[in-house]
Amino acid sequence: MSTKKNIVALRQKKAIVEMGGGEKAIEKQLAMGKLPARERILALLDNKSFHEYDLFVEHEERNFGMDQKKLAGDGVITGTGTINGKPVCIYAQDFTVMGGSLGLKHARKITKIMDHALKMKIPCIGINDSGGARIQEGIGALAGYGEIFYRNTMASGVIPQISVILGPCAGGAVYSPALTDFVFVVENISKMFITGPNVIETVLGEKISQEDLGGARIHAEITGNAHFYALSEQECFKQIKDLLALLPQNNEEAAKTVTPKEPKTRKNIEDIIPASPKQPYDVRDVIKSLVDESHFMEVHELWAANIVVGFGRMGGETVGFVANQPLYLAGVLDCDASDKAARFIRFCDSFNIPIITLEDMPGYLPGVDQEHAGVIRHGAKVLYAYSEATVPKITIILRKAYGGGYIAMNSRHLGADFVFAWPSAEIAVMGPEGAANIIFKKEIEEAEDKDAMREIKVQEYIDKFANPYVAASKGFIDAVIEPGETRGVLLHSLSMSKKKHDYRPAKKHGIPPF
Amino acid sequence: MEEREEQFVDFAVTARKYKTRLTAKYKQRKPWVSPSAYEIQSFIPGTVIKIFVQEGQIVKEGEPLLILEAMKMQNRIDMPFTAKIKRIEIAEGERVAKDTLMIELENITVE
Repeated sequence: MSTKKNIVALRQKKAIVEMGGGEKAIEKQLAMGKLPARERILALLDNKSFHEYDLFVEHEERNFGMDQKKLAGDGVITGTGTINGKPVCIYAQDFTVMGGSLGLKHARKITKIMDHALKMKIPCIGINDSGGARIQEGIGALAGYGEIFYRNTMASGVIPQISVILGPCAGGAVYSPALTDFVFVVENISKMFITGPNVIETVLGEKISQEDLGGARIHAEITGNAHFYALSEQECFKQIKDLLALLPQNNEEAAKTVTPKEPKTRKNIEDIIPASPKQPYDVRDVIKSLVDESHFMEVHELWAANIVVGFGRMGGETVGFVANQPLYLAGVLDCDASDKAARFIRFCDSFNIPIITLEDMPGYLPGVDQEHAGVIRHGAKVLYAYSEATVPKITIILRKAYGGGYIAMNSRHLGADFVFAWPSAEIAVMGPEGAANIIFKKEIEEAEDKDAMREIKVQEYIDKFANPYVAASKGFIDAVIEPGETRGVLLHSLSMSKKKHDYRPAKKHGIPPF
Repeated sequence: MEEREEQFVDFAVTARKYKTRLTAKYKQRKPWVSPSAYEIQSFIPGTVIKIFVQEGQIVKEGEPLLILEAMKMQNRIDMPFTAKIKRIEIAEGERVAKDTLMIELENITVE
């Protein structure tokens, strides 16, 4: 009898806390086009897999009337569950409870589930929807943020960490997502900034909306803080599930192998690339004609579009692609593209994902803005990331491989395991026009018809050097292959590399040019 | 096919031009302007608290020009070299963005 009473009491207690900030606050949340926190978790996890912890945790603040305030779950829901049948740790901030503000206990619930994720070696997903630090708790809130950042760093490279921005995420709160591997944003819902529009207007008199300052599109396209952009929460959850399906659970495992499938595209791979090296094409069409089922999950699709990075499967196993994109900015490397590629390479290397590089680039982006933005130190990150990586590394040179770009894009010299070139490849110190202008400067200047002589000399250079055979004669590339052979060559190279073990000098850690 | 062509622009990388698209961020970039020693610009966004000089006045190197309050700090901006104040583009109490021209100087021949 008394046990039954206890059970009823438990159910009542749970029901109260599970209402979060109450009906009115939930209505407000829905009016903003946002799902309540618990519904978000349930939508993301496999059906009936969610188990919640720390439901009854309460804050201990006594100042500013906080002793009179009960905050359901202290504004955050934490627990474990499965996605695609694989375990994950998850937390979701509840905006209906005091604006999802972060106090010490709220943070400790998060750090507890993060510690759990790291010990169990399973991915950790954080759903952010918070007004920021709970000011009443003062430095207690700051301590909470710091303890989260510390754990983000400890877990980095050990378990995949995913941040989902489904509401405001401002001030110190932004740095947890920034430390995680993948940040998901949703149009009209996500807002991220260090200082909000109010502060900016007070200090500068500049009026800007939250959306224009740090909305989803801005972070997906301009800042690069977000890796995935969706138009709705549902679309965002689907992206997360798709991504996790391609990733291993931790750095000691490989991603799940699925049944190998042939690419779907019927387009002939050699027809994708225009004959003229000056004409653009979409390198994603090449990737799609190489990967299983033509399924390619692009990361950072909108930001630094001049390089393409993302995941696909080859022979049923996850691989990472890094590909110059001639469709945008002629596929040059610049500060942003370098950061994007370097970070992706390091993720793949941490999580045992082989890297396939598709190269077609004319060099680095010229310009004062690039030089002053530090294209030297940014570009160096690519060299560092490729050199450091010990996962299987395969390069296919599709067309242009000029100068520093040739070296940077996983060349043999940076430790590539296999380097192949299509017959359309031009592996040279620079573009033919530039090279001819320097090498034949005297001949061109002394000629009566300078332009005609320049044209002759450019053609001479093209005939002699704008091909893959000079590099092949030096052994810098392993084979010149027909485009149609590429998938077969890649599958073979990958199967040869399965037990790859590469040694690196013992060190605490390297010092990449951050 | 022709419509597709129209989306592409000529994009020069070293000695060759490529047909390609531009990114939103690339279009937003600001052209570089050579800085002038005769233009005192705000190095940080803030509020002009006090101006110590007047137009036409000759000010010696190291003398204070104005106080720019930013991030709760009062920054004293000093004269970089002896010169004449040609124009003052700001007023006390005014908020200025970063890299705003505040004071323009004019060269004087030192006897």
